Amino acid sequence: MRFIFKTDYAQDIRLAKHGGHVFWYGALMLVLLAAPWLLAEYWLAQLTFVLIYAIAGLGLMLLAGFTGLFSLGHAAFLGVGAYTQAVLTNAGWPFPIALACAAGLSAAVGVVVGLPALRVKGIYLGMATLSFGFIVEEVLARWESVTGGNAGVHIKQPVLFDWTLDSGDKFYFLCLLITVLATLGMLNLLRAPTGRAFVAIRDSEISAQSMGIHLARYKTLSFALSAALAGVAGALYAHKLQFISPDQFNILQSIDLLLMIVIGGLGSVHGAFLGAIFLISMPQIIAMVKDYLPASIGQAPGLQGFVYGVVLVAFVLFEPQGLYGRWLKIRTYLQMFPFYRKGLFKRQKSFQKSDRLR
Amino acid sequence: MTNSTLLSAKKLSVRFGGVLAVNNVSFDVRQGEVFTLIGPNGAGKTTVFNLISRIYTPTSGEIDYLGPDGMLRLTEQPPQNVAGLGIARTFQNIELFEHATVLHNLLIGRHTQRKTGLWQDLFFTPAARQAELQAREKAEEVIEFLDLQHHRDAMVEGLPYGVRKVVELARALCTEPRLLLLDEPSSGLNVEETEDMAFWIADIKNELGITVLMVEHDMTLVSKVSDRVLAMNQGELLALGTPREVQNDAGVIEAYLGSVDDVSSLHRQAANKGASA
Repeated sequence: MRFIFKTDYAQDIRLAKHGGHVFWYGALMLVLLAAPWLLAEYWLAQLTFVLIYAIAGLGLMLLAGFTGLFSLGHAAFLGVGAYTQAVLTNAGWPFPIALACAAGLSAAVGVVVGLPALRVKGIYLGMATLSFGFIVEEVLARWESVTGGNAGVHIKQPVLFDWTLDSGDKFYFLCLLITVLATLGMLNLLRAPTGRAFVAIRDSEISAQSMGIHLARYKTLSFALSAALAGVAGALYAHKLQFISPDQFNILQSIDLLLMIVIGGLGSVHGAFLGAIFLISMPQIIAMVKDYLPASIGQAPGLQGFVYGVVLVAFVLFEPQGLYGRWLKIRTYLQMFPFYRKGLFKRQKSFQKSDRLR
Repeated sequence: MTNSTLLSAKKLSVRFGGVLAVNNVSFDVRQGEVFTLIGPNGAGKTTVFNLISRIYTPTSGEIDYLGPDGMLRLTEQPPQNVAGLGIARTFQNIELFEHATVLHNLLIGRHTQRKTGLWQDLFFTPAARQAELQAREKAEEVIEFLDLQHHRDAMVEGLPYGVRKVVELARALCTEPRLLLLDEPSSGLNVEETEDMAFWIADIKNELGITVLMVEHDMTLVSKVSDRVLAMNQGELLALGTPREVQNDAGVIEAYLGSVDDVSSLHRQAANKGASA
């Protein structure tokens, strides 16, 4: 077991709380930096997708996991980012400026969608964002002069001023850099008053308001930041696929994003990453196992959807804290070995208003 | 103790549909006193609290409040400004941020004092770091004041009721209020915890110089700490004065225990029963 001897308040606001953090996250960083030399091209592409989905996941985690506002139309922000990036890049804009515009436009759309969030809650907000998702998908399909309609649009390779990112390796490093920056920004927010205000809104709106938190402002802000991150992810997604069409940003994509953070673990930054790893690796695992299954099951259409559904139901029933919650339990087990008790993480059923967020 | 008025409610009325929850209530809270609202259930005490913290808007009447920059009309302020004006409150059914630690809850209480904006927070600039450390120092003062050291890093969802009550008080104190609204601070507490609460309320008044307005049922606690008491019944003002005066007020006794007529009618019934048997 690790005992941390605290001698200074600054220790509690440090990102790396102890030597273990420094070591393990440093090791992770090294592995990620070495990945292009360690992995074959195909697997590096998958890792790039994990990073891209993790950025979108961070955005949705901020909104759903930390502010308590659930969005069923998050793919729409991904789409706005992707199309903005495609249109601007094809018009010859350099990558950083196009990316900033993609994030900015997504954030602006997020503010517009956030407005109903000030009035409606829970399932009704879900409905509002869901219908917003449909509207954006429809706009992308019909506004042919800009988006190319259902035929989709090709996007040129990203250009960092004079330098064209023409290989998978270079693009991977770009994604890694943006992911690290997004994660650091998110962690910074969460240890500062802005992030605490989000958490306050999630846990008790009335109390947050009487602590002086401007509910409308912070809910809109949360929507804007979340949409901006999704927009950045969308822009990278467009570059990675080099071809986008409206049906990539439909309701299934929105559900994938939501599934990702629920399985990853609501209310934790780790959850966004674990969820992204799950989301990308699951189809691979299914494809590998497929061949060993009887043909009637292995070749059945909709196998992937079925597996996702089963996994989600299993998580909601048995591990509401998601993969990150499971990891915490495993870690505690190892740290306390052999003194771990089964009921250690059992949620105490108290008859108070404590079960709003599971 | 100064005698200037901190908060003044003038002819407050609130109507919810057909129910007149508060009817024409006026009172003044003086700076530096402990002012208690008592009354039977449904008397409108919590409604008065919700009017002051701007969760409800009165149907008629207004509240004036001596803010940091002089007298202002509280009933015209948006709800999120109330904390910034120095009015903090606790809730009858504890409204803490459950999925956060005690320390985190107290730091949220520092929200009105925040000095950094979104961008400073996002990059965690030296200014943001400095502000965090200052907020922590203030939170630690409150933790020390209310003996919460053992629970500092505990999640609120795992804390017993009595401790949550104290944490809520601590969070309110973290806003550095001028006026503290306590909605039934002793409900659900055992005798010992109630005694602690009485000490703390007295300390809050004497040491921190904060004016306290509270709703309370426990008359021992009320008479121990209150300077003045206002009794309400069915939305109307019954009596106002020192705890002793109010406790001996005929109207108040009637509201709690029923009138002499009621009692004598009971006597008659008993007598009739005796005669018929």
